[in-house]
Amino acid sequence: MTTAARRQAPIYTGTRIPSPIPSVLRVDPALREDDDILEVNFGPNHPSTHGVLRLIVELNGERVEGVEAVIGYLHTGFEKNMEQKTWWKAITYPERIDYLSFQINELAFVLAIEKLLGVEPPPKATWMRMLLSELSRIHSHLIWLGTGALELGAISLLWYCFRERDAVLDLFELVTGVRMHTRYFQAGGLAEDIPPGFFMECRKFADMFPGRVDEYEALLDRQAIWLERTKGIGLLSAEDAIALGQSGPVLRASGVDWDLRRVQPYLAYDQVDFDVPVYFNGDVYDRYKVRMDEMRESTRIVQQCLDGMPEGPWILDDRKIVLPPRHELHTSMESLIHHFKLVTEGYRVPAGEVYVALESARGELGCYVVSDGGSKPWRVKFRAPSFVALEATATTVAGSLVADLIAILGSLDTVMGDCDR
Amino acid sequence: MNFADLPGFASTTEERGETTVVVETARLRDAAEFLRDQRGFNFLSDIAAADYLGWNERTVAGYWGHRGGRDINRPGSWGLAKKPEPKAKRFSVSYHLIAVVSGARGAPRVRLQIWCDDGEPVPSVVSVWPTADWHEREAYDLMGIEFDGHPNLTRILMDDDWEGHPLRKDYPIGGEPVRFSGAE
Repeated sequence: MTTAARRQAPIYTGTRIPSPIPSVLRVDPALREDDDILEVNFGPNHPSTHGVLRLIVELNGERVEGVEAVIGYLHTGFEKNMEQKTWWKAITYPERIDYLSFQINELAFVLAIEKLLGVEPPPKATWMRMLLSELSRIHSHLIWLGTGALELGAISLLWYCFRERDAVLDLFELVTGVRMHTRYFQAGGLAEDIPPGFFMECRKFADMFPGRVDEYEALLDRQAIWLERTKGIGLLSAEDAIALGQSGPVLRASGVDWDLRRVQPYLAYDQVDFDVPVYFNGDVYDRYKVRMDEMRESTRIVQQCLDGMPEGPWILDDRKIVLPPRHELHTSMESLIHHFKLVTEGYRVPAGEVYVALESARGELGCYVVSDGGSKPWRVKFRAPSFVALEATATTVAGSLVADLIAILGSLDTVMGDCDR
Repeated sequence: MNFADLPGFASTTEERGETTVVVETARLRDAAEFLRDQRGFNFLSDIAAADYLGWNERTVAGYWGHRGGRDINRPGSWGLAKKPEPKAKRFSVSYHLIAVVSGARGAPRVRLQIWCDDGEPVPSVVSVWPTADWHEREAYDLMGIEFDGHPNLTRILMDDDWEGHPLRKDYPIGGEPVRFSGAE
């Protein structure tokens, strides 16, 4: 079928969202009388659940007739904890929520603080944030691809993906000193200047990486087993995806051209050139294709960030919210006082409420923050894309085989830390 | 965009580039249907509940001493620079909406907000946006908001037999019951 024809053809007609509970698929009562329905606990400790997810699956032979997702096993109360910390200490928490695209989570909270404070970071910080966000996206997609392929039996891909993932982590280590949970973004800019060697190493990676993506695709795209197990599986129409709040690669694989980097450009995304990959079949294969293309597009953005990285300061020179430079502490009494006040008490953020939404590797990541004007957040709420993605389980797995359940669950790309918070 | 013709419209504010529309709690579902069908807000991003118990009660910074001496656990400098506006009721529930149109460049966002007290029922919007299912269960579980008409209002993140709603301001941190203590 040509692209134009595929654009016309609906993935399926009507809606497949179960009623009355949109997230629970119930077995047809007639079927329950006639056949043997086997109830199986899938998880919470199952390697393909990417964390601890429990699915109560009701099977008729190998066919899934009922499914209910049970979550909460990784709930750690990040949002409650953040209310107890000063603003700048709370920045460490969001990264641990979604531990695969951690820089993007951190960015959401920092942008929310900056929106409340009404400050604009210097251009160098903005561009560096964009660069690191895209590396985070690549990092997250690599883990998705490696583990997703592993679950369908393509074991070798895991090692290739983790090889490149390690290269990304090396870059993070070079900039921030740590490989994961970097806490590199500060309200007002970056925590430190970018080390000079970073640009060379990052360019090496960006030159090498597109070729590697082609290699992964060569390994999968002509492999009969992979195609058999992904094409036409886990269908989700555009209407159902929107009604279920799906975003990111899942929505784009259902034929909706929707990317918050394009729709509501934040950072400097309106100044770089990139395409939004859209596919039209709404199946597992198309979600895979979207993510593969996104890795290429992210590399393009990284290249442009390297070319266009502005010179200048990496953080604002506002002593009310930004720590003074270290060397000043030895000579300036005022700097010492500012440092002391910022570290012990933290900065105050004007009262108000904001909702910052950005495109994480998994879709719309929202951060709703309320401040009462004090030095701690009054309320923080994350719109976790994984949480919303799991709501689509019942719709996408209806009538599929139990083996496909793993492929479908993988294609939704959920991180349970993100889901349970 | 003008929201004055919304069913149950109470007020609208424009702050930091974000539009907040407050509607009467009882008419929330009408307002939601109106926004979806007439204004194209087909995508519910998030439902965020907030507890305002004790809002506005913190001291204003700078007042260190009082007659009984200085309370070192509550230094005045941790207070507020100025007191925030008082809130009408204890809880707010915010529905973050956006209009998804394939290929759009720029899209309106709106925060639909209602206010309620402890135990006051809030109409469920699962029939309007199916994605509200889990968001409302989360708000019920962690904040104790009672949604009226939800098909499956059970706890989602905490255990089924959990007591209390952890994100409320009167729920202490570290206040969970100790289990498996061996004391029984």
